[in-house]
Amino acid sequence: MTDSPSDNSHSVATETIRRSLARRYRQERHFRRWALSAVLAAASVVTLLFASIISNGYSAFQQTYIRLTIYFDPALISTPDSDPAADIPRVLITGDYQGLIKQSLRTRFPGIGKPREKRDLYALISPGAAYLIRDMLMERPDLVGSSKVLWVPADDDVDMLIKGHIRRDVREDERRLTDHQLAWIDQLISEGALKKRFNGAFFVHGDSRDPELAGIRGAAMGSLFTLGITLALSFPIGVAAAIYLEAFAPQNRWTDLIEVNINNLAAVPSIVFGLLGLAVFINFFGMPRSSPLVGGLVLTLMTLPTIIIASRAALKSVPPSIREAALAIGASPMQAMFHHSLPLAMPGMLTGSIIGMAQAMGESAPLLMIGMVAFVADIPQNLSDPSTVLPVQIYLWADSPERAFVERTSAAIMVLLGFLITMNGLAVVLRRRFERRW
Amino acid sequence: MSQLLLVAILLALSAIAYQLGRRRALALDNVNGGRTRLHSRPSHYAVLTMLWCLFPPMLVFTVWSVVDTHVITGLLVQDLPAEFQMLPMAHLELVVNDIRNLAQGNIAAHADDPTIQAATGHYQQLLQINRFAKSVVMLLAATAGLAIGWRLISPHLRARVHTERIVNLFLISCAALAILTTIGILLSVLFEAMRFFQTVPVTSFLFGLEWSPQTALRDDQIGSSGAFGAVPLFAGTFLISAIAMMVAVPIGLLSAIYLAEYASRRLRSIAKPLLEILAGIPTVVYGFFAALTLAPLVRQISEAAGIEAASESALAAGLVMGIMIIPFVSSLSDDVITAVPQAMRDGSYAMGATHSETILRVIIPAALPGIVGSILLAVSRAIGETMIVVMAAGLSANLTANPFAAVTTVTVQIVTLLVGDQEFDSPKTLAAFALGLVLFLLTLTLNVIALYVVRKYREQYD
Repeated sequence: MTDSPSDNSHSVATETIRRSLARRYRQERHFRRWALSAVLAAASVVTLLFASIISNGYSAFQQTYIRLTIYFDPALISTPDSDPAADIPRVLITGDYQGLIKQSLRTRFPGIGKPREKRDLYALISPGAAYLIRDMLMERPDLVGSSKVLWVPADDDVDMLIKGHIRRDVREDERRLTDHQLAWIDQLISEGALKKRFNGAFFVHGDSRDPELAGIRGAAMGSLFTLGITLALSFPIGVAAAIYLEAFAPQNRWTDLIEVNINNLAAVPSIVFGLLGLAVFINFFGMPRSSPLVGGLVLTLMTLPTIIIASRAALKSVPPSIREAALAIGASPMQAMFHHSLPLAMPGMLTGSIIGMAQAMGESAPLLMIGMVAFVADIPQNLSDPSTVLPVQIYLWADSPERAFVERTSAAIMVLLGFLITMNGLAVVLRRRFERRW
Repeated sequence: MSQLLLVAILLALSAIAYQLGRRRALALDNVNGGRTRLHSRPSHYAVLTMLWCLFPPMLVFTVWSVVDTHVITGLLVQDLPAEFQMLPMAHLELVVNDIRNLAQGNIAAHADDPTIQAATGHYQQLLQINRFAKSVVMLLAATAGLAIGWRLISPHLRARVHTERIVNLFLISCAALAILTTIGILLSVLFEAMRFFQTVPVTSFLFGLEWSPQTALRDDQIGSSGAFGAVPLFAGTFLISAIAMMVAVPIGLLSAIYLAEYASRRLRSIAKPLLEILAGIPTVVYGFFAALTLAPLVRQISEAAGIEAASESALAAGLVMGIMIIPFVSSLSDDVITAVPQAMRDGSYAMGATHSETILRVIIPAALPGIVGSILLAVSRAIGETMIVVMAAGLSANLTANPFAAVTTVTVQIVTLLVGDQEFDSPKTLAAFALGLVLFLLTLTLNVIALYVVRKYREQYD
């Protein structure tokens, strides 16, 4: 304090100011802390989201397999009256492969007589294992009559037990696995015949009712087809619309109307686009339900506003002097646009389109409306095959009651997020790389 | 001939057309030692020839596709035995449908009837002829167009004007697609909603207090009253949206303020792209998070506090929806706050105001219209959000303001009414379109107001 004690009125004033300053600085600190805590709250919620999905999902990339010695018994594969050599594919298709597995399990655990126990024993192996063996034999028919050691996928309940989602210490009738089954599993583990291995099926199979067989390939292909159509339509149309509005549109009520419309469409709920697709594309034009074709059309209409708005911003950022220079040396307005302004605006347009595509890729609500929620086990081959897309597959699995689908849902989310973050990251990199300050 | 091959041939033809047009234009240019001046650049002639080659087959394709189903069906019916032709119209259509299904390899009734089988063979033959004829005519049209375009090339042809007019037409039609989409949405929703309002009066839909869309098949059926009062749905939608906004507005706004005013340049350069990525997380992921993690958590906490909570409480859905909207609110508000002129900040500091006082008394009031606009846009998004509520909110329509109870929303009902196999004209499915109409009008109003406010605000400081 530099004030002299004699200057009384002055010191009262400074004292008041000092106190109010202290209060105001305190308020400043409080406010700043509040603002920071909002950022931290948002960040922590996001961390929680990612943590919950990753902790639930990482285990789906592994799957429990059981080692079995399987004898490809000709008696079960081919009926006695058929000649295996003559008509191999047809004979092999109808073989009793489930029987082969049962036989192998019976020799593995001899002395099980009760039908109930037998059923429990067979339930250890996934019902899909039979198809795997069939496919293997179709490829190599010469194996019939020989024996082979195979790793076959275990049932989802066994898988869940190994991954710790089914507890051993609850009463038998409250558990999905019986005491017998637990004993067999322990025996298999101690012999090294039951192991977790990389779950390749998750990436190559289509959807299935059995979690251990379900994969994302079908949904991924559906997403690919749908996005292909979306990109092929929305990019040229969006860029063309942006060019028109930015460079050629006269200043009148029509142009205003178009602009208002585009801004509005960008904020219309996506489910409304689904209603449009259902009423117009499916019911009016009679296009195939559940197909990537209709999905792509709906998503095109939905992403167009995003692409138009981004493309217009990109065109706006190109300085008018470039256009004027082109016009000055005799180019027509169209030539000035297509030869000069458009190439310079392209990186910005691409960035906007990638972001629009990422949006379309994560969208599911409008696709529910046009029937892309059907259970589709086959992998779609063309644009009119019934199919589903990754986010809808996630929705379908999230609804399934089996515990094993929880981890698969999370794993599918991880794959989807991987794609999206890559796309968005690409957009950010593109922008940084090609961003030009004029 | 497969579609793909046809498209490939057409593209190849158009490439040839381009080359031919260009050659002819160049050749004309060189006649008389370059003294005949072409009106346009050679590439303009080339593009014009290419358009001449592409347009006729497209026209043929469109007209043909509109007509061919009718013609083929007519031919098929004509060649059916007389006893089928005597059938009433509706019955005949059934038979034709059977034949179509069989031809596509699907299962159909009467598959073993020899006449039907013969007709199916006939139908497949007709289809094949049709496909072949269509391709041939399209290719002929393309070739003819090419020839005409090529013949038309002369030094006086104003090729640039013609091509630019066509390109301009294309640009206009692309831009007009936005209007078409809006009209399409409005018509498709309005049309079905009108049909719905023929069975259920508008007033009982808008003001009715009970929603149970299961229409009774028998008179004595219980719980299937077919009541279509949408008030509980609106109430549920607003309850969940309100919870979401209570989460999103404070957190979003405060973090926008922090990022715009306090954060260092480095933090900003990390946080902004991160927010963009967050805004890009699909809603189905949030829905799964709500159903799997947050809903059980809410239930446990509320039960520990002695409150009875439904497992699909409005609170869980609203909280997660709020999280989803945070990046939306914060990025919009951030734009608005950074748009406030620096001079206003400097003026405030010069008067001795602290940073927070400047923010609260100068920047926020100045940015208020923009912030309100962004909040309105966020509300519109919350109302239209579908996947989170489908996965985490309930299905039963309760008219309540209790956040721990299960409520349902407009979007959830649209999804449940339309997913699955339904007759298209039952009041149940039509109700979904009526709800869609309400949803569209509601969000449209919010958007128009919000966009107007934001635009006014921008003009103020530009």
